[in-house]
Amino acid sequence: MAEPFEPKITAFVCNWCTYAGADLTGTSRIKYQSNVRVLRVPCTGRIDYMMVLKALHKGADGIIVSGCHPNDCHYTSGNYHARRRWMVFKKMMEVMGVDMRRITFSWVSAAEGARWAQLVNEVTDQVRALGPYSEFRQIVGAGIE
Amino acid sequence: MEALKQRAIELLEKGEVKAVLGYAKGTGQARRAFFARQPGQVDKLVLDEACTQNLAAYATKHEVKKLGRVAIVAPPATQRALIQLMAERQLRDGDLAILAVDEGAIKELGSAAALEEHLALKAQGLDAKDKTLLAKLDAMSREDRWAYWQNEFSRCMKCYACRNSCPMCYCEHCTMDCNRPQWVPVASHSIGNLEYHMVRTMHLAGRCVECGDCGRACPVGIPVHLLTISAEETVHELFGQRAGAKAKLDYALSTFKTDDKESFIR
Repeated sequence: MAEPFEPKITAFVCNWCTYAGADLTGTSRIKYQSNVRVLRVPCTGRIDYMMVLKALHKGADGIIVSGCHPNDCHYTSGNYHARRRWMVFKKMMEVMGVDMRRITFSWVSAAEGARWAQLVNEVTDQVRALGPYSEFRQIVGAGIE
Repeated sequence: MEALKQRAIELLEKGEVKAVLGYAKGTGQARRAFFARQPGQVDKLVLDEACTQNLAAYATKHEVKKLGRVAIVAPPATQRALIQLMAERQLRDGDLAILAVDEGAIKELGSAAALEEHLALKAQGLDAKDKTLLAKLDAMSREDRWAYWQNEFSRCMKCYACRNSCPMCYCEHCTMDCNRPQWVPVASHSIGNLEYHMVRTMHLAGRCVECGDCGRACPVGIPVHLLTISAEETVHELFGQRAGAKAKLDYALSTFKTDDKESFIR
């Protein structure tokens, strides 16, 4: 019997807010779904869109990108720069026809442990309902012998 | 045309420029870029409907910069590209004598300020055919858009003509050629093509002057210019600035406003 589909979620989180927030989720003993793979980067400003593309390429079914709330960036302005980039990136992906329900952008602070758990649960449920991103998987395999 | 040739001869004879970069007859009906280095070569210059290539792509090349001051024949799209190159500090004010061509009329512009003033007088409009295609794409469902681009990209062989024809793609070390780490697969299979076009589009968002030369350069007719144009329009819509109008412009993605408006970040 085939096992039920479990989505792979890649989360790009900033060191200072969301990573610390996810840490707080753990130390607070809040349980959440284990589908998420957390990748820590120094700042949301470091999250190159090519990293997101790479995650999709390597088999992610869903992606979370998260960092400090506006005004709370450890480096003062990294998240503002990132916000602009995401605004343009999201539109570009829509024009290309990528399923943007699979990519979630969010702000989670170091104090929002419960919010992190809730975010991961919501995203995991949504992507599980959408099923594997076979549209993308198909083209990753196409033309490669 | 005669006025252009006359001025070109004058410029070359007086030694004000080392070369005049314009168009000459190419294969068949095509026009190609042509450097007139001596007054005697000016006769080869052509100026007609078929002269669509954006010659600003040559202006940043080492070989051209080494020549010294060059005059460049510049239809509106080329004018926009030149001012954007100045905004990105790739060209110095006064490096070029700009022979602005607008519906047959020639006007010589020697400085960034003159070019800016000249551009401010004109409205920038999209090609009717591109507008229809963009509207068609916009009206499609997400799945259809995906299928549309996948179908178009299936012909892509990654010849990089779109990159090389673009006046804004002047980087000496392009991400596409970077193999440590290799961000974008070199091979021209589905995923390699998709990622290439995504990255190219992102790199031109906020910098595209909407000349459409990438689309014209494509040997298999993929409307790649629609991608960069729509990215440029997005930047205009979101941040209220447009490339190719001002000689001083902060790159949209390296600046920010604390009150940038978005509705999708949870």
